[in-house]
Amino acid sequence: MNIKVLYFARIKEAVNYSAEDLTLLEGVRTITALKNHLSTRGEIWANLFNGKQVVRAAINHALVDDLAIIKEGDEVAFFPPVTGG
Amino acid sequence: MTVRVQLQDFDVGAELNQLRLASKNIGALVSFVGQVREFNANDALNTLTLEHYPEMTQKALTAIQNEATTRWDIIDSLIIHRVGTLQPLDQIVLVAVTSAHRSEAFNACAFMMDYLKNQAPFWKKEATSQGAHWVEAKLTDAEAQLRWETETEINNKTDTKQNT
Repeated sequence: MNIKVLYFARIKEAVNYSAEDLTLLEGVRTITALKNHLSTRGEIWANLFNGKQVVRAAINHALVDDLAIIKEGDEVAFFPPVTGG
Repeated sequence: MTVRVQLQDFDVGAELNQLRLASKNIGALVSFVGQVREFNANDALNTLTLEHYPEMTQKALTAIQNEATTRWDIIDSLIIHRVGTLQPLDQIVLVAVTSAHRSEAFNACAFMMDYLKNQAPFWKKEATSQGAHWVEAKLTDAEAQLRWETETEINNKTDTKQNT
């Protein structure tokens, strides 16, 4: 399953890029599973995605919770809690 | 209903006049302007930079307007939010609502600001003499959104009581 992943703000700076195309393994079907997968990439990634920090997620531009299902072609975004206004 | 996300400043007077003069049914116009503060915590702020997620921002702000329109009898609403690098005293955001009577416009304007603070994908980064840092989300903003959910629940309970 191919998806696009975007990163914003503090998370974008930490991982040092803003977007990537990912091919997910069988079984990686939820935001939680994707976070777990990303946290295996090394210390920086683990610190962000091991569940100790609040990382919000959106699928196709809508806020979702960690149980949300990811589908082929989705645009998934990870970002810190928002601070606009 | 209009949503604009832009780098450039906006003229509040001109924007409000345009909204106000759009219909003779309008009896109330309520607006909120947010601007950059010089002091946050201890350090004097040099600049504030706003990043956003363009495709999602437009959808999130439109969804907030739609929700306000279903909850209150409003005539029109406007959200302008700036992005890019700003300085103290610069305007950040304008939310304005027109309605026949004031209470609808007051409530809808406060609701839209509270939801914008929690739902719209903007992030602030402050630059001070001590360096740059991302602004942390505040619990008080989350609580401000929660009060609208509580009020809805209270209203629903009142409705149930009246029906029995």
